[in-house]
Amino acid sequence: MDIQSMTAAELGKRIRSRELSAVEAADACLEQIEKMEKQVNGFVRVDREGARKQAEAVQKKMDAGELTGPLAGVPVAVKDNICTEGLETTCGSKILEGFVPAYTAEAVRKLQEAGMVILGKTNMDEFAMGSTTETSYFGPTKNPWDLSRVPGGSSGGSCAAVAAEECPLALGSDTGGSIRQPSSFCGVVGIKPTYGTVSRYGLIAYGSSLDQIGPVARDVTDCALALEAIAGHDPKDSTSIARKSYDFTGGLADGVKGMRIGIPRGYFGEGLDAEVGQKILDTVRMLEKQGAVVEEFDLDLIQYAIPAYYVIASAEASSNLARFDGVKYGYRAEEYDGLHNMYKKSRSEGFGAEVKRRIMLGSFVLSSGYYDAYYLKALKTKALIKREFDRAFDSFDMIAAPAAPSTAPRLGESLSDPLKMYLGDIYTISVNLAGLPGITVPVGTDTKGLPIGMQLIGDCFDEAKILRAAYACEQIHAYERPALVKEGR
Amino acid sequence: MARQYETVIGLEVHVELATKTKIFCACSTEFGGAPNTHTCPVCTGMPGSLPVLNRQVVDYALAIGLAANCEITRYCKFDRKNYFYPDNPQNYQISQLYLPIARNGYVEIQVGDTKKKVRIHEMHMEEDAGKLIHDEWDDTSLVDYNRSGVPLVEIVSEPDMRSPEEVIAYLEKLRLLIQYLGASDCKLQEGSMRADVNLSVREVGKEGFGTRTEMKNLNSFKAIARAIEGERERQIELLEAGKEVVQETRRWDDNKEASHAMRSKEDAKDYRYFPEPDLPPVFIDDAWIESVRERQPEFREEKIKRYQEEFGIPQYDAEILTETKQMADLFEKTTKLCGKPKKVSNWLMVETLRLLKDHGESPEDIRFSPEHLSKLILLAEDGAINNSVAKKVFRKMFEEDIDPEIYVEEQGLRMVRDEGALTEVLEQVIAENPQAVADYKGGKKKAIGSLVGQTMKAMKGKADPSAISRKLEEMLK
Amino acid sequence: MAEKISDEMIEYVGILAKLELSGREKEEARADMEKMLNYIDTLNELDTEGIQPMSHVFPVQNVFRDDVVENGDGSRGTLSNAPLSKDNCFKVPKTII
Repeated sequence: MDIQSMTAAELGKRIRSRELSAVEAADACLEQIEKMEKQVNGFVRVDREGARKQAEAVQKKMDAGELTGPLAGVPVAVKDNICTEGLETTCGSKILEGFVPAYTAEAVRKLQEAGMVILGKTNMDEFAMGSTTETSYFGPTKNPWDLSRVPGGSSGGSCAAVAAEECPLALGSDTGGSIRQPSSFCGVVGIKPTYGTVSRYGLIAYGSSLDQIGPVARDVTDCALALEAIAGHDPKDSTSIARKSYDFTGGLADGVKGMRIGIPRGYFGEGLDAEVGQKILDTVRMLEKQGAVVEEFDLDLIQYAIPAYYVIASAEASSNLARFDGVKYGYRAEEYDGLHNMYKKSRSEGFGAEVKRRIMLGSFVLSSGYYDAYYLKALKTKALIKREFDRAFDSFDMIAAPAAPSTAPRLGESLSDPLKMYLGDIYTISVNLAGLPGITVPVGTDTKGLPIGMQLIGDCFDEAKILRAAYACEQIHAYERPALVKEGR
Repeated sequence: MARQYETVIGLEVHVELATKTKIFCACSTEFGGAPNTHTCPVCTGMPGSLPVLNRQVVDYALAIGLAANCEITRYCKFDRKNYFYPDNPQNYQISQLYLPIARNGYVEIQVGDTKKKVRIHEMHMEEDAGKLIHDEWDDTSLVDYNRSGVPLVEIVSEPDMRSPEEVIAYLEKLRLLIQYLGASDCKLQEGSMRADVNLSVREVGKEGFGTRTEMKNLNSFKAIARAIEGERERQIELLEAGKEVVQETRRWDDNKEASHAMRSKEDAKDYRYFPEPDLPPVFIDDAWIESVRERQPEFREEKIKRYQEEFGIPQYDAEILTETKQMADLFEKTTKLCGKPKKVSNWLMVETLRLLKDHGESPEDIRFSPEHLSKLILLAEDGAINNSVAKKVFRKMFEEDIDPEIYVEEQGLRMVRDEGALTEVLEQVIAENPQAVADYKGGKKKAIGSLVGQTMKAMKGKADPSAISRKLEEMLK
Repeated sequence: MAEKISDEMIEYVGILAKLELSGREKEEARADMEKMLNYIDTLNELDTEGIQPMSHVFPVQNVFRDDVVENGDGSRGTLSNAPLSKDNCFKVPKTII
């Protein structure tokens, strides 16, 4: 088996047993990147030299017995909105071109602590605003399953890179589905943890109350291992939560017997691609055969999640992105007349259209006279949605749902109608509003040969349960590799 | 007859809290330091950085709120105030709008013989901005974030004041309360206390308020008084000319003794406040309030009363001694050490205040310790040094905080108590001044003064003049 | 209720957001915003009477830091990405006229 095709767990095991060195692992990934990147464009920056240096240092520590963890020596890619000291971090935006952070995000620091080797930064929709990775200043990422299609977004770079076997693991971030939806489009496993589980320190904020960092992998075990590595209470993030348990790998293979799985009726009707719906329901039926208790129910308020989300996320974004002003870092316009003109020109030239659209909307909904009608209303809606989920989790251990209404669309199809693109987030967005964990796991392909993902939504702090169920799904549908990778094109 | 106008004034007072670190990060709040040396990703608005609240800020804010008779908001939250300006690195300020920590308080002020309450509308916690240095040469401004994130409370009064005197009495009252709490040093010149003045005028007897303006950049009591007079005149002139006062923010230029409007098309004044998503709320329970209340110090009114009752200090003196916390602390600590309150009061009221005045200093600048003042008082009480030596030693102590005991020994200032030595000198003085002796014996009692003087001189001042006088009288009988 | 966005409103929001939009961008922004706001208005179908607005999902409170200085001289990191700087400060167009 090729090194780059191994899972992180497998790779880690071989490095620990000296069958492979950390440098060989990094080199294999860098070679695959060399081969794939011209077609996929999953990375905005590859840190070849840095990766080899890190690998050498990690190997030394492993040789000295200082590093023994399951991920030591394993390469990983990091989404471009997560700060890495000394390595340019741009959020896929012109406005941050050349920005080299003076500090490292807590999640990345924890990866380093585990002995992982950072390969580079992955492509994303500018400031994580988008569902296709087409709004990146550095050009779109292509779906390794079909290069004419989008990988999804905003963590499209991370998901495509993992699918293209450029790295066994990657970090993404999820504000409204940005890990789960591209995981579905790229046929990989991605989890958005419960809000507060992974520190946001060093994650460049889009919607602070919704953002979470999470891992993307080719199987559930890797995803759980990586989550264990990055999760933890961080005093630098006041919204970080000290959880009772950070064990995500313990009961993976324990099966789904007795698990109560809820199927929200409204999710499987109008608007959902029939093939997608069928594959998911088929999988659920198979879980039922393994002893899961499956029942349909109504999750009524979900239609209000999207409008509430766009009010809250845009409002927070309009404030979070105010700091990009040409004063302290990033892009400053060449010519300007006075302070305010400098602000306006730097921001107007530095931000792309989608980002400007959301900043405008966010500024409007917070402006004098509109706050109550929009922002406050959205926060109340959020409270109702949370209540609705709380009720659902009284009866169910988890909810099975699609991660997207269809398989990956073609490049250029989605951006023409923003509202339509926003509606595509219907299955993922409410999870962020309620702070819940959600995982996407592949459940097969459609007739076009494109991967379909199923989303499992758990109650707060119930990652272990959804990981266990995802693991069971994985036993039903073995991991499939894109032809591009399989054939080594 | 000319119409009579009344000035209506409300104040927004910003006070920098005396914490060691900033409100949301572990950077030092120390004053000075080369530009941007007291900074980190948090207080410079680096992308991805997050705030973590300094507990001491809440403690201080609570103490101030309680001292100003406010209701404490049990469940208080932070909000973001959004506006673009380079001294504000995130282009939003973390402040409190919807649920400020304290509301509905008051402080009592006195102008002349009149006492009145100035109500406090609300008080909230927020972060300070950085400093802008204007470079006159190349039309640019330079930004230093050392002050960015220093904790502030903003105390917003009701429009209850009617004159500059009341405003200053209110500010002095707040300053004293806060200094007594140790929550801030409240120095206007250094900007650790700043006041924005909201002012309107109305015809005497009229109900309702006129249109108000807000004046900024007031950094001394004098500037505040002048700005109030200036703005009152300006508004009255407008009204008399049949024009309207425009609601606006004006910047006071104390050199020109005039203000100008800070208006800009780019200044929408629409702050788009919303709850800060990066900070969970603060819940203040009874136990917390009680613990702050228990630690609350004795305030001025209580001290004035106690000084009179416990130490027999006259009211006027007690008032002077408690005018600043430094003075009151010094008085109490020294009294505790030497057990002579009246002597301590005397040294502070007379010599200390005089020297402070001569040096153009305020009680905050006092260098000598209570230990040293206590030693000096005891030396004088023991008769180890006489009064004029004591004053000399005090001056030295005032300037350099020397230990009076050591200083007196080193300089050989201790009084001579050796009876034999004194008698010897006296005999010599008597022998050398037959005329004065004759005068005294002839009934000119005053002549003894010159003999005492001669003796003091011969003993280089290290003797007690009254003892000399007694001894002389005895010898000349 | 369809929200009508005037030219003045787009201009005003541009000032708040410090964005300078071209004529075409303004038109697009207006159309987008009207469409979005119309959609957002569906929230009005929801009865939220008596519902507490939820800004934080979890009832976490009182997260504090002790008042202890931990950071040293951070000026290098602070200024390392400055587009323009002088004398250890960020340099910006003059702020007072």
